[in-house]
Amino acid sequence: MPDLGKYGAEVLSAYIATGLIVFGLLWLTWVQARRSRKALEEAEKRAGNG
Amino acid sequence: MAWTAPLVPVFAALSALMIGVGLVWGYFFTPDDFRMGATVKIIYIHVPSAMMAINAWAMMLVASLIWLVRRHHVSALAAKAAAPVGIAMTIIGLVTGAIWGQPMWGTWWAWDPRLTSFLILFLFYLGYVALWAAIEDPDTAADLTSVLCIVGSVFALLSRYAVNFWNQGLHQGASLSLDKEENVSDVFWQPLVLTMVGFGILFLALVLIRTRTEIRLRRVAALQARQRMEA
Repeated sequence: MPDLGKYGAEVLSAYIATGLIVFGLLWLTWVQARRSRKALEEAEKRAGNG
Repeated sequence: MAWTAPLVPVFAALSALMIGVGLVWGYFFTPDDFRMGATVKIIYIHVPSAMMAINAWAMMLVASLIWLVRRHHVSALAAKAAAPVGIAMTIIGLVTGAIWGQPMWGTWWAWDPRLTSFLILFLFYLGYVALWAAIEDPDTAADLTSVLCIVGSVFALLSRYAVNFWNQGLHQGASLSLDKEENVSDVFWQPLVLTMVGFGILFLALVLIRTRTEIRLRRVAALQARQRMEA
């Protein structure tokens, strides 16, 4: 590990905050994509049955 | 848009590789700056995220103009899909900038031209997403959000160029320039370019995924409307 000196907390917190925000964005994107896929499958099924 | 499906995993892998290598290189294998100390390592996330926050708005502007001129629905959906990514990039830029500013400037925040225009851009992002959510008719929503996007572009431009023509405030000049003399030192520049390209490709991958999601939701709405009419 590099010696971050007196700024260790700042550097680490910036990296952790970025990681959390990017993770949140990826999770949200994945959840919305999955939901939309399911919704489309169901809508197409209903349209096929109707 | 089906042709974009094979591109997404390629972009995702490429962005993970470039951001990963750039951050490990920058964090572990670059020296501290003689003035900023170890806080210089924040540059590898702050600069790419701030750059992508502005570039995302520029991409939304182009897509919005295409919608207004050509009425191309996918372009309106691509602009809508890019907004949450832009918001995330803006938050990262604001948070990492504040974390860096506290030890370097002695304050988390200053009403500096670049910071202020960047904060206003963030508010425009929120307004853009809220406007899409508030209007039921998708074409009207696309029209109004496109106009909002054009207005907000003033602040995207200000965020990008405020340090060049507004010689006041705390924020330093551009870290990267076509003029090599103005660039940060090569030792910081190389991993920084890697993370910048990585963030750019990550943005592309996310916008592709999110645009496909928006297209699917539009199809669902169309199918449901047709069923209602037939019933």
